[in-house]
Amino acid sequence: MGIIEAKKLIFEYIRRDEEGNVEGITRAVDEVDLDIKQGDFVAVLGHNGSGKSTLAKHLNAILYPTEGTVWVDGKDTADEKYLWEIRQSAGMVFQNPDNQIIGQVVEEDVGFGPENMGVPTKEIWERVEESLKAVGMYQYRKHSPNKLSGGQKQRVSIAGVIAMHPKCIILDEPTAMLDPNGRKEVIRAVRALNHAEGITVILITHYMEEIIYADKAIVMDKGHIAMQGSPREIFSKVEKLKELRLDVPQVTLLAYELKKSGIALPDGILTNEELIKALQA
Amino acid sequence: MLRDITLGQYYQTDSVIHRLDPRVKLVATIVFIISLFLVDNFIGYLIAAVFLACMIKISKVPFRFMVKGMKSVVFLLLIAVVFNLFLTPGEPVISFWKITVTKEGLSMAFKMAVRLVFLIIGSSLMTLTTTPNNLTDGMEKLMAPLKRLHVPVHEVAMMMSIALRFIPILLEETDKIMKAQIARGADFESGNLIKKAKSMVPLLVPLFISAFRRANDLAMAMEARCYRGGEHRTKMKPLVYHKRDGMAYGILAVYAVMSVYFGRFFRI
Repeated sequence: MGIIEAKKLIFEYIRRDEEGNVEGITRAVDEVDLDIKQGDFVAVLGHNGSGKSTLAKHLNAILYPTEGTVWVDGKDTADEKYLWEIRQSAGMVFQNPDNQIIGQVVEEDVGFGPENMGVPTKEIWERVEESLKAVGMYQYRKHSPNKLSGGQKQRVSIAGVIAMHPKCIILDEPTAMLDPNGRKEVIRAVRALNHAEGITVILITHYMEEIIYADKAIVMDKGHIAMQGSPREIFSKVEKLKELRLDVPQVTLLAYELKKSGIALPDGILTNEELIKALQA
Repeated sequence: MLRDITLGQYYQTDSVIHRLDPRVKLVATIVFIISLFLVDNFIGYLIAAVFLACMIKISKVPFRFMVKGMKSVVFLLLIAVVFNLFLTPGEPVISFWKITVTKEGLSMAFKMAVRLVFLIIGSSLMTLTTTPNNLTDGMEKLMAPLKRLHVPVHEVAMMMSIALRFIPILLEETDKIMKAQIARGADFESGNLIKKAKSMVPLLVPLFISAFRRANDLAMAMEARCYRGGEHRTKMKPLVYHKRDGMAYGILAVYAVMSVYFGRFFRI
């Protein structure tokens, strides 16, 4: 069994009017099956309202399934007694960096998770140091988070999650509010963690460039899993992605158009270098 | 610009007072304030003045920073002095038209003024030498015994520190909303005080909505990081008393005894 597994996961938002009568039911996640292995880098894609954030909140026991089951590290998320263990082993980073930093000093914020877990003081300091170094924010440990850039704040949030020693990190659109430089910083930090520490990463995003490095990509649409496979497989189906209102990276699109006009190119080109090589060949 | 606002006007420098445990400083401030109201003769005030002057000197905080804190209460100070001066019955000293100034009134007004001035300088000395964070930590630790009476001490301290963290963020947000409304023709500048206050009302609604949204997000982020209240929680920076803190308590005790003895029971 993988680190995260879901079977026929269904989640419904119930809208109620002022008297509490059910007005309507929206099925945000519809019969999703997942199986994610330890150490994988999985990207979840989808346009707004495709259910990807709702799905993410199930992996950390913030939301519970309406039907079906989710297991994190072999533990059922609907079981109250595992709640804190699940939240420790599956850390979560949210979209808005300002709304998830609790401490007034960077190092205090990173220490917040371990403090909650009851880690002894000396070990908290060790964990804070090691996680700030892992995301390259150690020299900012005494700064106030208000004075950092968006990318730096988001890296602090990631450090705050790593300090809890999770097996898996779920990032819910961590780069949506950042500028291109901040996005690169964050993605670089996430990739380094995945490589060096072997932490499972689930990256939810709608930036196509960010999924190139993933081992596996999942495309969601209307609560269903619409496509899944390696990024190359996904990007080779340009027509299908357009149907799902998703953009493909510019290089991939260029290669696709070139191929359509008769130039012999392989499917699913992801980077500039690849395209150059393929054209030279 | 707004990002640089810090509440509690902490003055960054290195002194013994800065390094003292926040609990010592809190207790000292409370004892000092109580002593001001117990004392009722000149020697008592002199002792308090000397004590305060020494503390200011040791703290290395420039005196003008303490006076700054006083600006906001000048009005209150004036009212207290004027009322005491003119409305205390007793032996008249000066009298013109319907106003009489009595001897008792003079002495009451003087005492009131000295008390208030010392009180403000004393408490701003504490906030100038203690970071807001340290202060909340100190309060949490000092009030820990109240937990037995089901006072949510940890929760209150947590709320205070979160509020401190979000003040600059909400200020920035206010600035943004204001600019967005000015861009659409809102007028925050002209008119008298009441009109200006009224023009602030449309600011509040979006600000509240955004504050609630932030609170919701923050609560989720805190839960995701295993926050479950004060129990089972360890501290990254626990408060530990050092030798200097014990000495500070000693000095404080000497001051308290002297001030009450000379200031209240000693008669010349």
